[in-house]
Amino acid sequence: MQQLEQEVRQFIIDNFVFENGNGSFSNEDSFLETGLVDSMSIMTLVEFVKEKYAISIEDEELVPDHWDSVSRIASFVQSRRGLVEASQQNVADGA
Amino acid sequence: MKTSLSKFSPNVLDIDCAKVTAVLEESIREIVFHRLRKKGAVVGLSGGIDSSVTAAICGRALGKDRVFGIMMPENDSSGDSLNLARLLADVLGIKTTVEDIGPTLEVLGCYQRRDDAIRKVIPEYGHGWKSKIVLPNLVESSQYAIYSVVAQSPSGEMKKVRLTAEAYLEVVAATNFKQRIRKTLEYHHAERLWYAVAGTPNRQEYAQGFFVKNGDGSADFKPIAHLYKTQVYQLGGYLGVPEEILRRPPTTDTYSLEQSQEEFYFALPLDQMDLCLYGKNNGVAPDEVATAVGLSTEKVQRVFAMIDSKLHSTRYLHLPPQLIEPVSEVDVTH
Repeated sequence: MQQLEQEVRQFIIDNFVFENGNGSFSNEDSFLETGLVDSMSIMTLVEFVKEKYAISIEDEELVPDHWDSVSRIASFVQSRRGLVEASQQNVADGA
Repeated sequence: MKTSLSKFSPNVLDIDCAKVTAVLEESIREIVFHRLRKKGAVVGLSGGIDSSVTAAICGRALGKDRVFGIMMPENDSSGDSLNLARLLADVLGIKTTVEDIGPTLEVLGCYQRRDDAIRKVIPEYGHGWKSKIVLPNLVESSQYAIYSVVAQSPSGEMKKVRLTAEAYLEVVAATNFKQRIRKTLEYHHAERLWYAVAGTPNRQEYAQGFFVKNGDGSADFKPIAHLYKTQVYQLGGYLGVPEEILRRPPTTDTYSLEQSQEEFYFALPLDQMDLCLYGKNNGVAPDEVATAVGLSTEKVQRVFAMIDSKLHSTRYLHLPPQLIEPVSEVDVTH
């Protein structure tokens, strides 16, 4: 989880924080409230997460509950990966 | 947020059309003749209510012989647009011309670039397909405003696919050629006639950034930018805009599949968005707006948040060129 948060955080710093520095935001800070990430940036973030963690993301899941902070994104990815791994295990057991 | 003491209702948007018209006429004369020192006004006519009311009010203010209407269809335009624009021009008695911008857009690669962008998410998209881009229902859910493309194959099969950031930006950048080329032609005619270019946004569009920078966002004056959409309709009825135009549902007339302004940008029917915008602008509590609009308080709060978000994200569209230091000899305040 910590690694997930670090990877997501680094992507945000590299792509959405325009000035040098580590970005003065915490992993719990709301993107909506701080204005750090807007809806255009969310699109880019979603694609990054999809490709890096090989998960599918439904339209209905594009909500602040899952995407409004570094920690929320990491939790979402972790839970989605857990579902994917469980599904793969079921398939393997079935075989 | 303060709560209005009087009951908030849809009637808050009612206007005295005679009074408003008189103010508009005087203001347009002052702006065009005295401030800008031009002889008349050019109006791009789309066949929609905003350009119709703008042309009508300019005709009354400046004289119908000092208003020039330009109709600019392209390959994706609805046939209704040109017919309705012609009808309006006949009713108003203004001179017009038709400039088909389709060939220009083809040369610029507008359609090709748009189609290439759509193929990034729908690889089979091609000749004979139609498309539009749409938002999810932002009032019913808390989803982000992330666009999908809706495409129809030549055989009628419909597909809806979420756009990537890259594809979305490329689709918008390609289709924005349309508004920018139209504005180029408006300024061409304005310059040869020594006229001013009238912009046609209503308040929803102007405030919420529903325009293209240096496209339909560009103008010398914007006479209805302070009026809510429902007020523009009231004026339309008063000024004698044809019924067919008054009844026509607002459309973007930008994509090959018919696309409402609601599904493209505003996420609410325009009369509801008007009331929400008015309520927010005047400090009315969400629960009071909710009663008037017929939505839940939670949904109105979501709409208020959307309005704030759009104000923030589209602020750049309103900014003039940013200078490093002021150039004191240039006074743009008068």
